[in-house]
Amino acid sequence: MKIVVTVKQVPDTNAEKAFDPATKRLNRSAIENVLNPFDEYAIEEALRIKEAAGADSTVTILTMAPQKGVDIVRKALGMGADNAAMLSDEAIGGSDTMATAYLISQALKHIGFDLILTGTQSTDAINSIVPAAVAEHLGIPALTYAKKVTIADGRVEIQRETDAGYQRVSAPLPALISVTKSINEPRYPTLKGIMGAKKKEIKALSLADIGADAARFGDAGSKTWVESFTPVSARGKGTVIQAQDPVEGAKQILEFLIAKKVV
Amino acid sequence: MAAVAQAPQSLNFELPEDLKLLKSTIREFVEKELWPAAAQVEDSDEIPAAILDKMSEMGLFGLPFAEEYGGAGMGELGYCVALEELGRASAAFSNLLGAHCSIGAMALHLDGSKELKDRFMPQLCAGDKLACFALSEPNAGSDAANIQTAARRDGDLFVLNGVKHYITSGDIADFASVFAVTDRSLGARGGITAFWVDLNAPGITRGPNDKKMGLSGSHTCELIFQDAQVPADRVIGKIGAGFLTAMKTLDMGRLSLGAGCVGTSQLMLEKAIAHAKDRVQFGKPIARQQAVQFMLADMATEIYAARNMVYNGAWKADRAERFTIEAAMVKRYCSDMAIRVVDRALQIHGGMGFMKETGIERVYRDARILAIYEGTNEIQRMIIAEELLK
Repeated sequence: MKIVVTVKQVPDTNAEKAFDPATKRLNRSAIENVLNPFDEYAIEEALRIKEAAGADSTVTILTMAPQKGVDIVRKALGMGADNAAMLSDEAIGGSDTMATAYLISQALKHIGFDLILTGTQSTDAINSIVPAAVAEHLGIPALTYAKKVTIADGRVEIQRETDAGYQRVSAPLPALISVTKSINEPRYPTLKGIMGAKKKEIKALSLADIGADAARFGDAGSKTWVESFTPVSARGKGTVIQAQDPVEGAKQILEFLIAKKVV
Repeated sequence: MAAVAQAPQSLNFELPEDLKLLKSTIREFVEKELWPAAAQVEDSDEIPAAILDKMSEMGLFGLPFAEEYGGAGMGELGYCVALEELGRASAAFSNLLGAHCSIGAMALHLDGSKELKDRFMPQLCAGDKLACFALSEPNAGSDAANIQTAARRDGDLFVLNGVKHYITSGDIADFASVFAVTDRSLGARGGITAFWVDLNAPGITRGPNDKKMGLSGSHTCELIFQDAQVPADRVIGKIGAGFLTAMKTLDMGRLSLGAGCVGTSQLMLEKAIAHAKDRVQFGKPIARQQAVQFMLADMATEIYAARNMVYNGAWKADRAERFTIEAAMVKRYCSDMAIRVVDRALQIHGGMGFMKETGIERVYRDARILAIYEGTNEIQRMIIAEELLK
């Protein structure tokens, strides 16, 4: 079984972020980029499926990122993925969610797959659109928000996480599954994995390789664009209550909370 | 400042790709697993079993050893990168790894026969079995050549009698590199032999854990040998060459010990900077007081010097150049530096630094041993002087 995990490079959650006023895009070069934390769960699940399925299964990492993104690919390979493919081209810049889904689906058609695993979202955009849109482009079932995955007899069944509990959803392979954070605990790359990662193949894909239609990606191929952006206004200074007597202080806090209708 | 011109040749201080990934992996492991466990380790005086399992799974117990024995094969540079990051966690973790990798199993790795290594290194690298290093005795600390533990030949066996003390991980280790006198008339060079000893064999008892100033979660104790039988094929290296094995092993541990000092100091600097920016006295953050600024400047400068020493030493070690003087200089300077840096970090935190909550008082207590173990800093100066004057 050929399992492909799509991963994304995102700005470190703790980093201070800035938008470039000219391009209206996030300035990614000034901040440290990391593997999207949601994708680590998809990689872990892929490795577990592979380990259960046996020797003829492989895990391939697919990403669309500038060359610097190779760091996140190496991390995924260090965790135990077999090989990777990386689609890099400056012309991709400016692609919106749908253009991204188009390019990823083209790349997936090019490299082939039996099962696709993704995170539910990326920590930078948080759209949660790409997994379903990729499946739609490929004409395969999308099983989203999985908190448990079972594969048997050419079919996949998931427990689809909902606010109230879970739904059981099943579909024939090939299929795409997006996994939630409750599905597993991602492993750390092992030291042997880290040393082995440099020997694993990272295939460079071009837009020509995947037969991408120039009208469907980049600024020109995107149907949405950023009109303007405004910084979130800084939170005002809180009210500080100072009292010598703690009972008096507690009383004042309580009065404040009652006035705000919190209690 | 723009570069003057494109240099035709330049030194490259950038880590290779795989070691960058090693660094970020250990950083993440320390931040997510080890740092949050610091208070628990301190209070319970134990490393939680779940964390030990994760350390084994990652392959940390095989860090510096060759791939053919199940190690990660990362060389001294990789080992220093890892130990620098681990320096940001409780000292218990780097002590456990240090006793095992840097000295305990290292003696076997450096001088053990292929048969011994084939048999024992894989389980040591996997973390299934733990090693310690038994050289020190009550009357043989800095004067290591004065050990009294005796090994008497008896057919295919050696029979060991004596007491080793302050043995890190002595309470939990499965095996020890033990140094004992085989021929008192020959002195240290020729009369001491190294043995690979199964600590669960008859004739060996472990003393109670010592009560220490710091290093909670890392235990030291006595190992008592009373007619303990060790098969003759468990001799590490040649009979009579044990003291050399001990000295070579300690050389290896000194660079990585320095790397740990750098990591600990870097963390202390970061905490001191954050606190200095945040703490307001006299109507402004204390970071705006020159007295505090100068402390931060000195801390950063010394860390910079120390880090470059460590990595230059590791570079020499990996090129198989002799690095005895560098190792001694690194151990001496980095440990003294760490003690100064944590002292200033505590001073910048003021009364808060003296309280348990910030975790700085723990680092302060844990740092003091750095100038003492694996060769006191006075012994390091003797080694440096000996190298200079020979």
